[in-house]
Amino acid sequence: MIYDALIAPFIDFEFMRRALAAAIALSLGGAPIGVFLMLRRMSLVGDAMAHAILPGAAIGFLLSGLNLFAMTVGGLIAGFAVAILAGVVARATDLKEDASLATFYLASLALGVTIVSIKGTNIDLLHVLFGDILAMDDPTLLVIAFNATVTLAVLAVIYRPLVIESVDPLFLRTVSRAGGPAHLIFLALVVINLVNAFQALGTLLGVGLMILPAGIARFWSRELTGMISIAVASAIVSGYAGLVLSFQTRIPSGPAIILVATALYVFSILFGNVRGLARQLFPGRHLEA
Amino acid sequence: MRKPVVAHLLCLSLATLVTPAFAQDQPMQARLKVVASFSILGDFVKNVGGDRVELTTLVGSDGDVHVYSPTPNHAAKVTDAKLLVINGFGLEGWLPRLLQAAGSKATIVTATQGIAPLKVGSNTDPHAWQSVANAEKYVANIRDALAAADPMDADFFRKNAQSYLANLEALLGEVRQAVSRIPQQRRKVISTHDAFGYFAAAYGIQFIAPIGVSTESEASARDVAAIIRQVKTEHVPAVFLERVSDPRLMRRISAETGARIGGTLISDSLTDEKGDAPTYIDMVRHNIKTLASALAK
Repeated sequence: MIYDALIAPFIDFEFMRRALAAAIALSLGGAPIGVFLMLRRMSLVGDAMAHAILPGAAIGFLLSGLNLFAMTVGGLIAGFAVAILAGVVARATDLKEDASLATFYLASLALGVTIVSIKGTNIDLLHVLFGDILAMDDPTLLVIAFNATVTLAVLAVIYRPLVIESVDPLFLRTVSRAGGPAHLIFLALVVINLVNAFQALGTLLGVGLMILPAGIARFWSRELTGMISIAVASAIVSGYAGLVLSFQTRIPSGPAIILVATALYVFSILFGNVRGLARQLFPGRHLEA
Repeated sequence: MRKPVVAHLLCLSLATLVTPAFAQDQPMQARLKVVASFSILGDFVKNVGGDRVELTTLVGSDGDVHVYSPTPNHAAKVTDAKLLVINGFGLEGWLPRLLQAAGSKATIVTATQGIAPLKVGSNTDPHAWQSVANAEKYVANIRDALAAADPMDADFFRKNAQSYLANLEALLGEVRQAVSRIPQQRRKVISTHDAFGYFAAAYGIQFIAPIGVSTESEASARDVAAIIRQVKTEHVPAVFLERVSDPRLMRRISAETGARIGGTLISDSLTDEKGDAPTYIDMVRHNIKTLASALAK
């Protein structure tokens, strides 16, 4: 009975196994990025960047149809351009990161919509770019796995300056000049993971699998390693449970995954170890001593 | 929005100035302004109206009529139009907004009038043109509407419609003949979006679709699994890709079941001049040829 519900779908159907593999790869790369975004108070930046990627991918689509490579490259170029320009402007002038990013992504979005309209087709941008986690073919799966690997490797290299910069940027500026490059590289990783996620879940839901696990982890751990582990684990659980949910009910897979993550998030708000609501109302004994 | 209205008023005032002098001498100069909602209707109007109508097609070739959003340019055309030819059956969900925005006084011609609708779940399936017999009714409706709007040219429209209807009748014969050559137990396919309900009902080829009636909805894992099971148990010989939907899903199903990928069926929009289906008749021929070759042994 439990076997039929939870395991049989993955034994019987290859597309379910591939979807699970994609979900795991996305979780491994995206969740740590989400944690850093949250620590740097940039959670909404993910959403803004998703819009910045859209036009690039749309241009790729217009030039060569539903071609994975062209859309990925287009998305990466547009995302990198916006991320780097916004980062440079924020560091060189008084404008804050969020404001400069907002201007650049709006410009990028407007440009993309213009290009699509000039071309004259009425295919809805979002519709074209809505990925389908059930339709993982070999190239898509390889691209996703490759990007996740690159993300983890690069994250390992810039981990130290990134952590210090997230916690105490002034200190880092006094001891090292790695802060600027680390920040730009981090933004590049954000772009890679967003492009990754839109292959599988579509742009908006893809951001969800980055940000929600980070929010969940915040309620269960105070230190970074713990937070990242919990974020990755809860992202993988959401992916798995979402696929099972989509298999048993008729909910489309992308939304199902995000809904499961949302449920975990609500549970964490209520019962989380670290400043969850229940904890605050009924403090544990160790606080009385 | 300002400019088109002004232009419109200008035209009107010019017309009132000019008409008295020329009305008697040249009664047929003004061509009937017709707007068609998408390319297939545009093709019908072109065939009936010929050069006596000035046709604008809102969703042109290769566009997706389900998710169209109107542009100011199109709104201006709608404002000027005398006739607005639509499919009906809920296909043009964006129409009320457009009419309101354009302040149009055009007569709306519903081309599916008199056709018995098929249901998909609780929705009406709008793709009635996929049956050639229905297309003949479309053409008859368009002919009557054009004739009523422009009585001077009514005979011209009727003559055009008559010869076009004869072509459609011949086309219907071709389709029936092609279907009869496919063995009975092989007359079933999988297609990405259930645009072929009327086609299936008219010619007895079963279409199984992984996604709901509109291209906007996303498939659930349960739907995809159900299709894979069905393909395996019923030995469906071929799966079909449509131009507008995600082809990767189709390839996945094909890889998992061993069914043949049968080429591309055209459902919602014609192609441009260089494509496989610049006209309705070409589209039907293309589809039946593709189907017949995929389902043949």
